[in-house]
Amino acid sequence: MPKIIAQTGDDAVAEAMRQINPDVVVAYPITPQTEIVQYFSEFVAQGKVKTEFNCVESEHSAMSACIGASAAGGRVMTATSSQGLAYMWEVVYIAASYRLPIVMPVVNRALSGPINIHCDHSDTMGARDSGWIQIFSENVQESYDNTIQAVRIAEHKGVLLPVMVTLDGFIISHAMERFEMLDDEIVQRFIGEYKSEHSLLNTGHPVTYGPLQLFDYYMEQKRQQHEVMKFVPGVVLEVAKDFEKVSKRKYGLFEEYKMDDADFGIVVLGSTAGTAKTVVDKLRDDGLRVGLLKVRLFRPFPAAEIANSLSHLKAVAVLDRSDTFGGLGGPLFEEVCASLFNYQFPEGLRIPVVNYIYGLGGRDINLDHIKKVYADLSEIVQTGKIKELVQYLGVRE
Amino acid sequence: MQEIVEIRWHGRGGQGAVTAAKVLAEAALAEGKHIQAFPEYGPERMGAPVKAFDRLSDEYIKLHSQVYNPGIVVVIDHTLLGSVNVTEGLTEDGVLIVNSPKSPADIKKDLGLKSQKVYTVDATKISMETLRRFIPNTPMLGALVKSTGLVTLEKVLEEVKKMFGGKLKEEVIQGNLDAIKRAYEEVRGE
Repeated sequence: MPKIIAQTGDDAVAEAMRQINPDVVVAYPITPQTEIVQYFSEFVAQGKVKTEFNCVESEHSAMSACIGASAAGGRVMTATSSQGLAYMWEVVYIAASYRLPIVMPVVNRALSGPINIHCDHSDTMGARDSGWIQIFSENVQESYDNTIQAVRIAEHKGVLLPVMVTLDGFIISHAMERFEMLDDEIVQRFIGEYKSEHSLLNTGHPVTYGPLQLFDYYMEQKRQQHEVMKFVPGVVLEVAKDFEKVSKRKYGLFEEYKMDDADFGIVVLGSTAGTAKTVVDKLRDDGLRVGLLKVRLFRPFPAAEIANSLSHLKAVAVLDRSDTFGGLGGPLFEEVCASLFNYQFPEGLRIPVVNYIYGLGGRDINLDHIKKVYADLSEIVQTGKIKELVQYLGVRE
Repeated sequence: MQEIVEIRWHGRGGQGAVTAAKVLAEAALAEGKHIQAFPEYGPERMGAPVKAFDRLSDEYIKLHSQVYNPGIVVVIDHTLLGSVNVTEGLTEDGVLIVNSPKSPADIKKDLGLKSQKVYTVDATKISMETLRRFIPNTPMLGALVKSTGLVTLEKVLEEVKKMFGGKLKEEVIQGNLDAIKRAYEEVRGE
């Protein structure tokens, strides 16, 4: 029987790691991911997992050791945040290019400077082009569920890619919420046994990892990394379907909240989706037809599906918890714009899309901020005019 | 609209505001409620003012912003009254519960409150007499339970036993349980 308990996001992810019982975990603690490593190391000390657990001296070493262990054929996990992810950056790319199914929860935290320990999505956005799959979570339950599903997605024979599962630093990682934990055996059966077909230790079938490829082969390798991403959404949906059977919880590439008859809506990632849903409920009570789309799979970005979901709206606002200095707008905004640009609308139709940068370095986003976004959208629908393409929420200027 | 009870705890680093918020959430969960309990992570140190929060509801809580208008504020350390605006955002029909030897009427006057209900209990004295140490968070839980009826006293006692069982000495756990019960009896309101 699943247990209903109160835990923080970090607790819940550590419990998921205990139930996954990876062959190898190599990690370096960093706020606000620290508790994941701390609780998991307790499980190791208590003999609750059989994991070879290695606390190394840096994130660069952590990812390097994960790459070695995964190439050797092990089921491998680590976890990080912010500067930790930035520090392991060069090897993050290598993990993806070797097609190693490493699973890494990333507790989203702002990047320095100035030094800040609180939530924004700059860290994982910095790795969005690294070739990793990226899955965002809204709350404690999703952080747990996504971590378990990530193992199946990463190790799927048609995928074999590393996966980042993100949860918002402090807002979720350190907030205690009610969540449902599956039985250990159910999780074990769900993820199954992992048998690498390309193990470095299998001398019967020697393989090479990390050769030198110049202008002769490098580009084919990269082309294949692009190609494999096409199969990921299908696998994510397949795994979600299986997960629903054991958990009764539904997951997709993204979640549509009251979108069917919506006139205008917001696109958002992470915990802010919950706050925005509260606003949607309120505005619906007032008779406004508003909706929300929460992106779960950010890499690969399900462009056609998202454009299709938004195509009946009269205006869209994209909320970004990170900035692209000197770019058009935030990274999610650019993805949504590009997706809609390539959508086959009837002749002459174009949906106005605006962008809001919010919550950098943990700046709170509250109901009033999101109400303002919907009010702006309402005005755009009425006047047909966009006053400002990119705005900042809750900032002093 | 969904009904959510929002609670803000004021204490100083090391006094157990975060733990109290978690115990309350555990007790509410055990009674079938949906819960959130979270601290405010600033640059806090031992002795510096800290805040912790609870949200309780019969339905799943989607909201993930900070708490702006708590219906209940609990002040674990009365020395904060002069330095922190503990009533900030407190709803018109809100409840303020203070660890203080003063009467609720005096606190009400000190803070210039009109419509809100104020409760006081000398949790410091209770803590010193039952635990021989200044750990005022658990007695404040007793006072909160009595003055708001959010959860039952029995559930809170159970959760404290569960949370500290195996971590603290038996006599310390018993001291905490006694402190909660005494504060439950001694809290006064106006």
